[in-house]
Amino acid sequence: MNAPAYNFAYLDEQTKRMIRRAILKAIAIPGYQVPFASREMPMPYGWGTGGVQVTAAILGRDDVLKVIDQGSDDTTNAISIRKFFAKTAGVETTTSTADATVIQTRHRIPEASLHAGQVLVYQVPIPEPLRFLEPRETETRRMHALGEYGLMHVKLYEDIARFGHIATSYAYPVKVNARYVMDPSPTPKFDNPKMDNCAALQLFGAGREKRIYAIPPHTSVVSLDFEDHPFSRYRHDAPCALCGANDSYLDEIVTDDKGGRMFVCSDTDFCETRQAQGHRGSESAAPHKERAHG
Amino acid sequence: MAEREDSDQPLLMAEGLGKSYGSLTACRDASFALYPGEVLAVVGESGSGKSTLLQLLSAQLAPSAGQVSYRMRDGVMRDLAKLGEAERRFLFRTDWGYVHQDPAMGLRMAVSAGANVGERLMAVGWNHYGRIRDTASSWLERVEIDTGRIDDAPRTYSGGMRQRLQIARNLVTEPRLVFMDEPTGGLDVSVQARLLDLMRNLVSELGLAAIVVTHDLAVARLLSHRVMVMKGGRVIETGLTDQVLDDPREPYTQLLVSSILPA
Amino acid sequence: MTAMIEISDARKSFVMHLQGGIELPVVRGVSFHVVSGECVVLSGPSGAGKSSILKMIFGNYRCDGGRIGIRHHGELIDLAKAEPRQVLGVRRSTIGYVSQFLRAVPRVATIDVVAEPLIVNGMARAEARDKAGALLRRLNIPERLWALPPSTFSGGEQQRVNIARGFISELPILLLDEPTASLDAVNRAVVVELIEQKKRQGVAMVAIVHDDEIRREIADRIVDVTSFAAAA
Repeated sequence: MNAPAYNFAYLDEQTKRMIRRAILKAIAIPGYQVPFASREMPMPYGWGTGGVQVTAAILGRDDVLKVIDQGSDDTTNAISIRKFFAKTAGVETTTSTADATVIQTRHRIPEASLHAGQVLVYQVPIPEPLRFLEPRETETRRMHALGEYGLMHVKLYEDIARFGHIATSYAYPVKVNARYVMDPSPTPKFDNPKMDNCAALQLFGAGREKRIYAIPPHTSVVSLDFEDHPFSRYRHDAPCALCGANDSYLDEIVTDDKGGRMFVCSDTDFCETRQAQGHRGSESAAPHKERAHG
Repeated sequence: MAEREDSDQPLLMAEGLGKSYGSLTACRDASFALYPGEVLAVVGESGSGKSTLLQLLSAQLAPSAGQVSYRMRDGVMRDLAKLGEAERRFLFRTDWGYVHQDPAMGLRMAVSAGANVGERLMAVGWNHYGRIRDTASSWLERVEIDTGRIDDAPRTYSGGMRQRLQIARNLVTEPRLVFMDEPTGGLDVSVQARLLDLMRNLVSELGLAAIVVTHDLAVARLLSHRVMVMKGGRVIETGLTDQVLDDPREPYTQLLVSSILPA
Repeated sequence: MTAMIEISDARKSFVMHLQGGIELPVVRGVSFHVVSGECVVLSGPSGAGKSSILKMIFGNYRCDGGRIGIRHHGELIDLAKAEPRQVLGVRRSTIGYVSQFLRAVPRVATIDVVAEPLIVNGMARAEARDKAGALLRRLNIPERLWALPPSTFSGGEQQRVNIARGFISELPILLLDEPTASLDAVNRAVVVELIEQKKRQGVAMVAIVHDDEIRREIADRIVDVTSFAAAA
């Protein structure tokens, strides 16, 4: 029986060229959503097909790939996608943020600072930040083209009027390069400041919606807010139970059926690296590998 | 009352303006000059072409003939047909107001009143929640809406309140020219009266120029300095409001005037 | 003495389209002048066209021919040929008109009705209302009525409000259509005094009065409009 032979990284070369052209356009116009001819992938929409297509288009034989899902290298999604590229591209894979050259992520930005030469590929469900305020695509395209973003502020105003503060906690809209308003994908707003002036290239792929956008290295990314209601990060006020970190985004883990819970770093590589360096939290006696990601 | 901007330069000028759809001419050969602080009423029955004229004047329709020019804030007279789309949309949101007959068309019904009034401010870069809210609140007061309802959506408002909210939403950027399409249509008589009083005071206080399309001569008499009577797409008579209503010359105008029931 | 009004050969007729297009001539060959400080009274029987002439001077009626010369900002302009905008300017700063019946915007308080001509010309509301109050008091309209719209007043009261509104500003030309009709003797005397005061200020006036005695008191000259009657 003949096993199917895949082209490097699954996609054919012409498709990769088409996607690369879209990526170049996106880099040239930071924050602008570039339409592209999204392909049928061997996974359904909603499972990261946009991110996978971007990664497939940019991978080279010498790249080192890391894949995370909600900060973790160990969830089903992350493992499946990593295996997919291991099989179709044969590239080296890693869980270490520092060692990776391409990092594909679903809904989180790694805690460790990224450096020049790295590419962060985000998986995006709905690329249009104005979609839920203005359902017409014709109108949102016009708003982006003319820089008419009053409606975005209307949403923030409504939040404050209704809740006393801006209630958006993830997918918090940002203004890129002082021009386009962009949806950073459903990352927690805690991660927003990491996008600003980042040394790495950030690429965003939405497979179902067929859009690619980008933030070139060292581009300004500012979260929208009001002068008297400035953007603020939200983090549960507790150290990581395993490594003791006070400045990482935390997952809340239910430990028993009596209401017990603990908070651990969502970024598994970051947490493990700290523990390897000797940092400890209050629960670090317990083997964390089985506990953290059930 | 604010001093009228006594300028010799017209604010809006229409020259030979016309619109046809194939062989159907909706409006033909409309020409006039509107000066700052002047209110012009365009009266006529349905089908007279008055709504088409309003759309042409507010650059929402491209003319088939003639042109409309507007004097921008920098004093330069610009042909509206030659403005870029971005410029036109900006003009529409800042220097102009447009009051629709149906307030639901001129408001975001699901968004709070405060956000409705504040939207134009946010669109021109206002970035301070407190200041936006205070300005919105003071405008609600000015149009006699209880400021306690600033966080309610216009879906919960009565028709008269919605119309007053629409007016506040339009005036917040201190436009120099306001277009009104049957602003009192569909409202109860007493509600109409209150709205007309409000409009009269605001127009005179703010020195607004306005073009009001109406089929109701009483509205014209109350609000406007000048009147244009339209019939069959043509302007058949024009002059000062009291001239046209007290000394009508054209047969159709005489018919219109004689049809008003005396108070 | 400068001529403030100079009418020459003005004429007007109505064409009643709803009545088959019959032409109703009103006046023709109207010529007279008025200088500052004088009051010219138009006399003639009812229907002779006196009110129409006043309305032609105010620009309310459009002329079919002739010239309505008005001294506006020092220059003599022809109101019959003036742009609508110019007519508005003339009404704002040169000619005032006290009509025969009060035509006030409904629901506006009396004090504001009277103060409006001053506010329109830039005076602060508070100061304008003070002046309005002083004039209303002089015309015996009690203060308790000032906040009410005049639509509920008696004919005489409405007329006095009308006069207050017409007399409050400092316009150099005033047109008065039956200013003392429906007033009692006390108030008639007040109006005559107001007219005398305006004359002393150099205001040129054209008035229509039916009361012989009032006419005698205020008229410097009488112009008989029957000579302008157009042939039927």
